[in-house]
Amino acid sequence: MAMNNQGRPTTPNVGGDTAAGATFTGNKALQQEEPLIFELDNPGTWGVDLAEPCTDTLKLGPVKPRGAIGLPSLSEPQVVRHFTRLSQKNFGIDSTMYPLGSCTMKHNPRLNEKMARLPGFADIHPMQPFSTVQGALELIDELAKWLKTLTGMPAVAMSPGAGAHGEFCGMMAIKAALEARGEGHRKRVLVPESAHGTNPATAAFCGFTVDPIPAEENGRVSVEAVTSKLGPDVAAIMLTNPNTCGLFEPQIKAIADAVHAAGGYFYCDGANYNAIVGRVRPADLGVDAMHINLHKTFSTPHGGGGPGSGPVVLSEALAPFAPIPFVVHDGEHFRLIEHDADHNATHSSFGRMKAFHGQMGMFVRALAYMLSHGADGLRQVSNDAVLNANYVMASLKDVMSASFEGPCMHEALFDDRFLKGTGVTPLDFAKAMIDEGFHPMTMYFPLVVHGALLIEPTETESKQTLDQFIATLRYLAERAKSGDVAFFQGAPRLTPRRRLDETAAARKPVLRWIPPAPPQAVAAE
Amino acid sequence: MTIKFTKDHEWIRVSGDEATVGITDHAQNALGDVVFVEVPEGGKALEQGAAAAVVESVKAASEVYAPASGTVTEGNQAIVEDPSLVNSDPVGEGWFFKMRLANPSELDALMDKAAYDAYLETL
Repeated sequence: MAMNNQGRPTTPNVGGDTAAGATFTGNKALQQEEPLIFELDNPGTWGVDLAEPCTDTLKLGPVKPRGAIGLPSLSEPQVVRHFTRLSQKNFGIDSTMYPLGSCTMKHNPRLNEKMARLPGFADIHPMQPFSTVQGALELIDELAKWLKTLTGMPAVAMSPGAGAHGEFCGMMAIKAALEARGEGHRKRVLVPESAHGTNPATAAFCGFTVDPIPAEENGRVSVEAVTSKLGPDVAAIMLTNPNTCGLFEPQIKAIADAVHAAGGYFYCDGANYNAIVGRVRPADLGVDAMHINLHKTFSTPHGGGGPGSGPVVLSEALAPFAPIPFVVHDGEHFRLIEHDADHNATHSSFGRMKAFHGQMGMFVRALAYMLSHGADGLRQVSNDAVLNANYVMASLKDVMSASFEGPCMHEALFDDRFLKGTGVTPLDFAKAMIDEGFHPMTMYFPLVVHGALLIEPTETESKQTLDQFIATLRYLAERAKSGDVAFFQGAPRLTPRRRLDETAAARKPVLRWIPPAPPQAVAAE
Repeated sequence: MTIKFTKDHEWIRVSGDEATVGITDHAQNALGDVVFVEVPEGGKALEQGAAAAVVESVKAASEVYAPASGTVTEGNQAIVEDPSLVNSDPVGEGWFFKMRLANPSELDALMDKAAYDAYLETL
């Protein structure tokens, strides 16, 4: 063994036991076991010195504190380590490829973050006078213009807080439009079987009944299947394009026309907009309402990294029912319309989606993304997203089972036929991917194929990363076919926790930490 | 007492114009561990084929459809308390609801045990 003159080994000790085993602490080097912050409570420790609060004169009116609220006491380094260790356990887009289908887990550009931290955007309050936030209002208006231009739609509601919230907004606008027409009796909403689960949930939540449309053999919705369901009680159709099988719906315009002819509206689920942004204008497809997930297509952080934001573009027919508040420009200044009467006599908003005007921080990031890409850059986004998905599909279809004939759009759908007879389930397969350092794809969705594995690589993955991902999936597929069931059923092995008991978690959830009982005083003998 | 089956994997056991409805062993097996159920309350009117109850497993959430038209007389609170009964005894203690049939002749079109078993072979 080589040593320096102090006797310190300078090369690895050949022959040492290098197998990873259990450690004394339970930690695995930088992967630390982390208790709940309440379990770290160390009374008498604190991070900042505050003067004793003056509690003799409460200024809470009739509200009285019932007792201590039980916050844990920790020093600043303890708090910093606690949250840093937790963050290291997080599987995020900043650490690894995250090909979760239907979620568009693309890179969140750092320029967006820099813009969102500008004090003029970050340090303002929604109740400031309009005269002090002209720039912020202008930004909302500018983003609205981009969204209207990209989609070809005449109006947009900026306030919805996420995709499903956007669906709710769009369906409420449809409901209001029907009632204004005196056709509130239209209660049936057509939803393809391949739809995101939020579509039927939204329709039901708005008081509609859901009528499913079966998918064709080729994974698409046919105009005949829709027409056969149309009638005087149909309120709307909710359709996703490209659909959740990653396929473009070529009959979408004919479907929209048929629904319109029957007196219904067309809600388009915009979750998959990343596949067509800059290429297809939803207005040209006959869309009446579509939400746009800024946190998918326009790169604002999500999945633990930030709130969603789901503006909804609206057609001429639905625009008068758009929620308040919204930004207008009176020729000189920007202001928010808070009441129908402040706008014009024809506006009859269905109400308000949330207290204020939307996710301002996400608006700044989304506009930064649009301005830094430009129109041509956004077109390249969808081109590359589709190219990457097709590269994945073409590179895997001989070892995994592609559900439909390609080419696909922005996501590649496989099912579990390639695992048939191996004893390995899609869940086992996904768990093995975690050990290999990849976030699994979406599993068991869409429901129209058995054991779905839905991969959405997004345009921001490099060819090197895609090639490594493809090689990993090929290796795992071959290993599954070779009959190594135990390998898959034992995965994941390298995570802070192994496989969890999902049934117990659902049947007997423990939702609250309860402090351990204080030790009982020993009775004097 | 006769028992009939639907293509959606519900069973209906009939005695006079009273019937008990649940999901089949095949259905509970396909769903996996059931973690939540929602059953209809007594008095609810159901059309044949209408969504009557909800069953949720770790894999999926599904609706249970009324195999025949009628009025619910009782929902099984025992499976609401302990959803695992749907897995352990799907055609016994794991029943979902009882109903009074509006039109018992609707049952003629449903499958008997032999026909349902043959249907499962085709899936």
